[in-house]
Amino acid sequence: MSTAALPRQVAVAVPRRRRAVSAFLRDRMAVAGLVLLVPVVVAALWPVAWLPHPPAWSDLDARLTPPAFLAGGTWAHPLGTDNLGRDILSRMMYGGRFSLFVASSAVVLAALIGITAGVVAGYRGGLADVLVMRLVDVQLAFPLILLVIAIIAVLGTSLPMLIVVLGIPAWAHYARIIRGSTLVVVAAQYVEAARALGGRESRLIFRHVLPNLATPMVILTTFEIARLLLLESAVSFLGLGIQPPTPSWGTMIADGRNHIYEGWWVSTIPGLAIFLVVLALNFIGDGLRDVLDPRAHARRAML
Amino acid sequence: MRFLVRRLAQLLVVLLGVSVVVFGLVRLTGDPVVILLGEAATAEAVAEMRAELGLDRPIYVQYARFLARALRGDFGVSLRYRQSALSLFVERLPATLELTAAALLLALAVGLPVGVLAALRPNSGFDGLVRGSALVGQAIPGFYLGLVAIIVFGAHLKLLPTGGRGTVAQLILPAATLAAYQIAVVARFARGAMLEVLGEDFVRTARAKGLTRARVVVGHALRNALIPVVTIVALQFGTLLSGAVVTETVFSWPGVGRLAVQAIYTRDFPVVQVTVMVTAVLFVVINLLADVVYVIVDPRIRVAD
Repeated sequence: MSTAALPRQVAVAVPRRRRAVSAFLRDRMAVAGLVLLVPVVVAALWPVAWLPHPPAWSDLDARLTPPAFLAGGTWAHPLGTDNLGRDILSRMMYGGRFSLFVASSAVVLAALIGITAGVVAGYRGGLADVLVMRLVDVQLAFPLILLVIAIIAVLGTSLPMLIVVLGIPAWAHYARIIRGSTLVVVAAQYVEAARALGGRESRLIFRHVLPNLATPMVILTTFEIARLLLLESAVSFLGLGIQPPTPSWGTMIADGRNHIYEGWWVSTIPGLAIFLVVLALNFIGDGLRDVLDPRAHARRAML
Repeated sequence: MRFLVRRLAQLLVVLLGVSVVVFGLVRLTGDPVVILLGEAATAEAVAEMRAELGLDRPIYVQYARFLARALRGDFGVSLRYRQSALSLFVERLPATLELTAAALLLALAVGLPVGVLAALRPNSGFDGLVRGSALVGQAIPGFYLGLVAIIVFGAHLKLLPTGGRGTVAQLILPAATLAAYQIAVVARFARGAMLEVLGEDFVRTARAKGLTRARVVVGHALRNALIPVVTIVALQFGTLLSGAVVTETVFSWPGVGRLAVQAIYTRDFPVVQVTVMVTAVLFVVINLLADVVYVIVDPRIRVAD
């Protein structure tokens, strides 16, 4: 491509993107999602040294202190302490990075496998398509949480293991949706034209097919992070996820389970973090779908 | 008919795939001989046991053996209960079916009317409330909702029992917890399906004929909107089973989910295998049934297929 063609292309691309951004910002739910998500992510990435208390530090004299807004609470521990006298706010902020890191890394892994399989199935068709789709069926036949905890029970748990075990089974959603989108893109005239001009296959896939799959990928990724965050917290809650003393939102809920009479806040407050992030991601995913995929929006208006 | 044959062929392929994954899980668990005989066993005893169990044969022979035994329902003996793993699973199954059935009924009883009412007044305050609650319901982790329910209704209000099985009161909290997500799903789909049907020509015709609103809604619109909703409910079976794993653990409900989690904790692998295998098979078969029912109820699908 000549460099002279470049500025014109950019000039077209920018307003379109700007229009999408402003449409996204006009979507009240999507903005609410962002408003919820950004502070939680900032809190989760907050430097450990700046936390109100070291996350593992336990003040045994202040065990099961209620949150500041309840009788008996103090602002030294705004969200109270757990059964070992550890500050819940600090642990929630620190634990969030593990929950979010595991969920998003697992999604990256799932996307790499699922997009590759989905594009191959949709582009090649035939036997490859049949094979991939049957593998998707096999994958989706298993109750995910049972499969995940069974594999972890056999192989043991660690941060990388958790990412792999959560990420690999999640490929199936990507493969199924990307395959469908690939079929649509491949049937489009511009791909046919590029093919007719004798474009190499790899060039066709990377220049024409993949860029046109960006929309479903982005939307799906938002929902998948939410889904895997829920799954990670359930696995951690069952004691097979991130291991103590490292906190994650799921393990914090599990820790508080035995103290619901003396300190109900120990498990309920970390759960709110999971709930808010998942809700925010679902809002953002809906908003992105409306903005990026107007046809889906029309379909959804019917739904 | 061709549709059915093709779906059955697919089912067999998927079931074979499932068995390969479960067999892989079996192999991953390590040498069962060591588990059975202990670390201190003599080399001769280990070799004898390996030959007896067929572990000295090539891997595909072992798989064929595993498959043949699985088809006969033989998944080995529970290491913990010294009882056939399958019979242990079958014993616990009614509890899980009771819980999931209660949750499904609750989801339909609440989700359906709420979704239909929301569709009758789109973009009203009620519609907004329903859509908002559905989003919230889909974002709360099941185990967390269960825990909050235990804290509120058990620990503080002391209204309901929080564990065990036997009385109707004991069923309420776990069923409601498991149903929460499904209520959201059913309400969203019922709303969507109703909105779609209400825009169709035959509904307009029914209205133009001067039928009462109630007859149009129930007799014409709802009857057609129910088809996709019922299919979605059937397809939720897998989600329900996954949810049951966690819900049963939180409420000490003696079903297959809790059995599986306990088996995983105690490394009772035959029981783990049987739960993973049988739930996957149940899921695939129920999906096929849902597909077939869908085609029977709605002939348009057959044409499209």
